[in-house]
Amino acid sequence: MAEAHHNEVDAASGVSTTGHEWDGIRELNNPLPRWWLWTFYACIAWAVAYWVVYPAWPMVSSYTSGVLGWRSRDAVQVQLAGLRAQRAVFAEKLEAASLDQIEQNPELLAFARAQGRAAFGDNCAPCHGAGAGGAKGYPNLNDDDWLWGGSLEQIHATITHGARSTDDAGHQGNMPAFGTDGILQRPDILAAADYVRSLSGLPPAPDAQIAKGKEVFEANCAACHGPEGKGNQELGAPNLTDGIWLYGSSRADIVADITHGRGGIMPAWGGRLDEGTIKALTVYVHTLGGGK
Amino acid sequence: MQTELSLGQPDPAAKGPAGGPQKSMTYGEGGLAFLFAMLALGALVVASGAESQAYAFHAYLSALASIVCVFAILNRYVDRPAARPALEIDGKPNYNFGPVKFATIAAMVWGIAGFLVGVIIAFQLAFPVLNLDLPWTAFGRLRPLHTSAVIFAFGGNVLIATSFYVVQRTCRARLVGDLAPWFVVLGYNFFIVIAGTGYLLGITQGKEYAEPEWYADLWLTIVWVTYFCVFIGTIWRRKEPHIYVANWFYLAFIVTIAVLHLGNNATVPVSVFSPKSYIVWSGVQDAMVQWWYGHNAVGFFLTAGFLAIMYYFIPKRADRPVYSYRLSIIHFWALIFLYIWAGPHHLHYTALPDWAQTLGMTFSIMLWMPSWGGMINGLMTLSGAWDKLRTDPVLRLMVVSVAFYGMSTFEGPLMSVKSVNSLSHYTDWTIGHVHSGALGWVAYISFGAIYCLVPWLWNKRELYSLKLVNWHFWISTIGIVFYISAMWVAGILQGLMWRAYTSLGFLEYSFIETVEAMHPFYVIRALGGVLFLVGALLMAFNIYMTIREPEAASAATPSLVPAE
Repeated sequence: MAEAHHNEVDAASGVSTTGHEWDGIRELNNPLPRWWLWTFYACIAWAVAYWVVYPAWPMVSSYTSGVLGWRSRDAVQVQLAGLRAQRAVFAEKLEAASLDQIEQNPELLAFARAQGRAAFGDNCAPCHGAGAGGAKGYPNLNDDDWLWGGSLEQIHATITHGARSTDDAGHQGNMPAFGTDGILQRPDILAAADYVRSLSGLPPAPDAQIAKGKEVFEANCAACHGPEGKGNQELGAPNLTDGIWLYGSSRADIVADITHGRGGIMPAWGGRLDEGTIKALTVYVHTLGGGK
Repeated sequence: MQTELSLGQPDPAAKGPAGGPQKSMTYGEGGLAFLFAMLALGALVVASGAESQAYAFHAYLSALASIVCVFAILNRYVDRPAARPALEIDGKPNYNFGPVKFATIAAMVWGIAGFLVGVIIAFQLAFPVLNLDLPWTAFGRLRPLHTSAVIFAFGGNVLIATSFYVVQRTCRARLVGDLAPWFVVLGYNFFIVIAGTGYLLGITQGKEYAEPEWYADLWLTIVWVTYFCVFIGTIWRRKEPHIYVANWFYLAFIVTIAVLHLGNNATVPVSVFSPKSYIVWSGVQDAMVQWWYGHNAVGFFLTAGFLAIMYYFIPKRADRPVYSYRLSIIHFWALIFLYIWAGPHHLHYTALPDWAQTLGMTFSIMLWMPSWGGMINGLMTLSGAWDKLRTDPVLRLMVVSVAFYGMSTFEGPLMSVKSVNSLSHYTDWTIGHVHSGALGWVAYISFGAIYCLVPWLWNKRELYSLKLVNWHFWISTIGIVFYISAMWVAGILQGLMWRAYTSLGFLEYSFIETVEAMHPFYVIRALGGVLFLVGALLMAFNIYMTIREPEAASAATPSLVPAE
């Protein structure tokens, strides 16, 4: 450098400075580190090579597509095809077999349960719980108490069409709001709640009017829940004698059920999941422990 | 090198009858007071017809702030001497450090608020019950409060404080403008208040790191243009023949943030009485603009701006020359040219066209060495002064910060590679990466700069306690290590669980199982955050005690140049 002669030399490093100073800060005239420069060049060379191979630069109405002709849409198709091929052996048999045949064939059963478990985790678990244990208002699928029936065909129908769903073929039937619709008065509702609790042997409240409740029940509830309160799966009317409570067993819970009615919704999965997945889910749910 | 960019410079011709200067209101004082009065009136009109209570609250807040400004300007006029502050006293620059002091304190306060909200949301992720089932305390509202508080409130105030300090010292010139520097500092902090309270009340445009709605954006634009004018005006006024490297980086930061802010906030408000607006971009183009903005907010706010801090405070504290002038030039231009392209790597494997993804990835790779240029210049500046690391914990903070910078600017290009990204994207690895940059680099270089600045600004011999700085360093370093290692493990585990298939070709884990697996790491992360917060509280105490100390003896000199 022409003006290097008057630039002072830093004593500690022996390197000359650029001769400028800002608020006491000076700058050394060190060259670019070689390894830094060469790594920078290598990164640029790699980038250019990548542009040659893969889609990279936009043109007027298209883009440079790269010598490999690679497209991410093709790549995902290849991966999906690979996955389908991996599943194909069993998936085709699953499609062809009836639900009963699937359960009787150990290999197909294992496949269906594997597929069902994955599908259940991502579609059903949000309501029914990761272990299918249910929650208040969402049935437990591990026990043998079924609102709409626990046979393979019944479970298949419930999953496909749902309950009170947007699918006309889905299960219908609501528990009326006896209180808010003015069908029953508050004392009758209390009495009916006490009677219902007595059906599964729950201890009665001190002021319980079981006999009056029985009259109210027979006049209003028996039509759906049956004269003995055993329920009716055609209507989705729960069995009231088995000690399993979808919305809680306290007097207040049951009074709320009778007063405001109930009608939980299960979506129809028919349009969202393919038939193989629904079959697998059916078998998975059926074999959780409570299948009939 | 006089300039009239400023609001209200002294008029040397205005002399009173006695020969002394006669006090008269400057155009800046009068004009700004009038504008604020109009703004107050307008805000009251908007408040009267506001569509929502939250928006009315913001309008009333703006009216109140405007009225306070009118009174403050008039009050200041009554109290001030007739002559405007001299540019130089006895041949030495008469620096304007008032706004710098304000922004320094604001940074400390916002920093602690932002770290605290970060700790709260970290615990919310581990224990969702802490959302409290209230809209104002839900994760979705507190998360932008945290990111904005640490990036824009803490980081922004550090940048404004240091840039106003560094530009004056390295140009040997007083800041341009009389009210303008105060307008920048106070106006920026008012923007922060509007943004933050807006998030809590549910006002957001839903763009990450650009959540504030149109009226806050508009206000920030005015503040930012003034910031640019003050900064460039001061450079224009400089007494040094050359512009110091730190000022190149500050200028790149200020200019690019203005462009990004305008591009990503191009919205059309529903009405002046509504906080809601709609963006003019749509679909994948909106996504692209958003991440062009988002990534360059990292590049120009959190990298270029803080590199400027590094280029002044490390050589200053180490008392060593910058390692290589040539490296600083090359890596500066390479960095700003390459960074602006890298945004698409946030949209790998999305509807963004393949070619755009390629460009985002390859430019990120090419960005690796330009980023490291700053690290080399920072670390090698210490050659001949490495022994100072043993005795000076402030220098140690800044050097470790540069090391974290090097680590995260290697990790970034690595994660931008599509095959790595297919594992890391949407996982907590990204959160870990961001925080090794944010806690390790941005916060540490800021802490170092504040530890340097406070004794200089307030004319103290040294900090109240270097021992406390040492404690701060170790406690928060352990916190960072907890944080980022927990997030690395969590993120990689999450990515592997999401892509795990059984031998029959079905997903091994449901989504909820991958969420459950994160719990222990979320707890460790939250504890790391607590340690980082504790360190910052020690710092705040140390800063407070330093400011309370008696002034250094050299304070008697009239030059107003702080002792060092």
